[in-house]
Amino acid sequence: MSKVRVLVGTKKGAFILTSDGKRKDWQVSGPHFAGWEIYHMKGSPVDPNRIYASQTSGWFGQVIQRSDDGGQTWHQPGTPPGEPTTTPDGMPKGESNKFVYDTSAETGKPLTTHQWYDGTQHPWEFKRVWHLEPSLTDPDTVYAGVEDAALFRSRDGGKTWQELAGLRGHGTGPQWSPGAGGMGLHTILIDPSNQKRMFVAISAAGTFRTDDGGKTWKPINRGLHSQYIPDPTAEVGHCVHRIALHRSRPNVLFMQKHWDVMRSDDAGESWREVSGNLPTDFGFVIDVHAHEPETIYVVPIKSDSEHYPLDGKLRVYRSRTGGNEWEPLTKGLPQANCYVNVLRDAMAVDSLDPCGVYFGTTGGQVYASADAGDNWASIVRDLPAVLSVEVQTLP
Amino acid sequence: MIRVVLPAHLRTLARVNGDVVLEVTPPVTVRAVLDALEARYPMLRGTIRDHVTLARRPFLRFFACGEDLSLESPDTPLPEAVVNGQEPFFVIGAIAGG
Repeated sequence: MSKVRVLVGTKKGAFILTSDGKRKDWQVSGPHFAGWEIYHMKGSPVDPNRIYASQTSGWFGQVIQRSDDGGQTWHQPGTPPGEPTTTPDGMPKGESNKFVYDTSAETGKPLTTHQWYDGTQHPWEFKRVWHLEPSLTDPDTVYAGVEDAALFRSRDGGKTWQELAGLRGHGTGPQWSPGAGGMGLHTILIDPSNQKRMFVAISAAGTFRTDDGGKTWKPINRGLHSQYIPDPTAEVGHCVHRIALHRSRPNVLFMQKHWDVMRSDDAGESWREVSGNLPTDFGFVIDVHAHEPETIYVVPIKSDSEHYPLDGKLRVYRSRTGGNEWEPLTKGLPQANCYVNVLRDAMAVDSLDPCGVYFGTTGGQVYASADAGDNWASIVRDLPAVLSVEVQTLP
Repeated sequence: MIRVVLPAHLRTLARVNGDVVLEVTPPVTVRAVLDALEARYPMLRGTIRDHVTLARRPFLRFFACGEDLSLESPDTPLPEAVVNGQEPFFVIGAIAGG
């Protein structure tokens, strides 16, 4: 029987929740990396026991952790447990947390500044890894989206990292400016049908696409309208919170923008709004049903100044029509006095049938639905604030 | 031998219990102690000082013999009591938050 493993990153450690395919009884493991912020964990699609984790701290900076046994044990790539921590000639091997922006002329146009909150230029400074996206074909290849916004790649299992500098260097970089949460590259989508094509999203710059494996990039924000920036239809500057695609139809993208739920049917060349009858179109998460490419999920949040559900009712909204027509899903979710938020990386789906949907809240609850959203139950209720949720469906 | 006291999170990362004891080639300075610490525990590289600039991370401080050495030049010699192992060199996480 299939199993499900839910990887939960929180403000104070990582938790791993496991269940069989019924998804009723859960085992909870953790906290792993207790006391650290775990921005994201994600497993390799080709080797599910290979899991990467972004462990970060305002005090101690960034650490990359890796598990090769499904999350039971962890190590920093380059320094496996039990092995010498230096090379034979005495050089340190701990490189996994070294993220250095590429300033070479050969691989990208060197960039040193971006726009700061006050409109002046500000140096690019590495702060943390927001998102880890393992390759669809090679367990040793993984991408990292970082703050200040840039894309890095490791081809040796997370030991060493190189920037794909064409993203920052494509031309609009100096116009990017941080959102309230920082200038993070938070979403990385790899096209399953053409892995040279990738999409990334950055707060508050927008969405970008490469068609050559990350060498060159272009902004894909036409159709976005953001009233809070000087030119509401500018090429960049849009606060994109999340994008999602269905693997069977990678040219169709869905977006939760700061305000507005959007859709593109041409790989991001143009976008149209599909907020429809949502009670509020502000929010962070968006995801797609594993088997129905027109079924999508969002969690509407009251506003950008009030980061909690409308009327204290936690409702997931589902559209079975690819947007515009939405229905609230409430069974099993609190419908009074609920004032949590659901952050951008905190929703995921499994690939069982019926599709399971999962999300975590800043109140420490992780909710699961084993029937595509019709009914919900909490797996855990009292974790630290949840930063990210990923799901692995295991044989 | 130099004794180094690390914050709990860094002891966990380095997989050590208690103080770290290091052999440091004179002159014993903050830089020399951190170089020796990172050579022995490479997983700590980047967690105390920046990978490239080697600047101290903002929320960490260095203390020894009751003195805050954080703003001293990293090449200032450490007190004799640290050099001879009587007193430890502290890496301390700033109390920050609310």
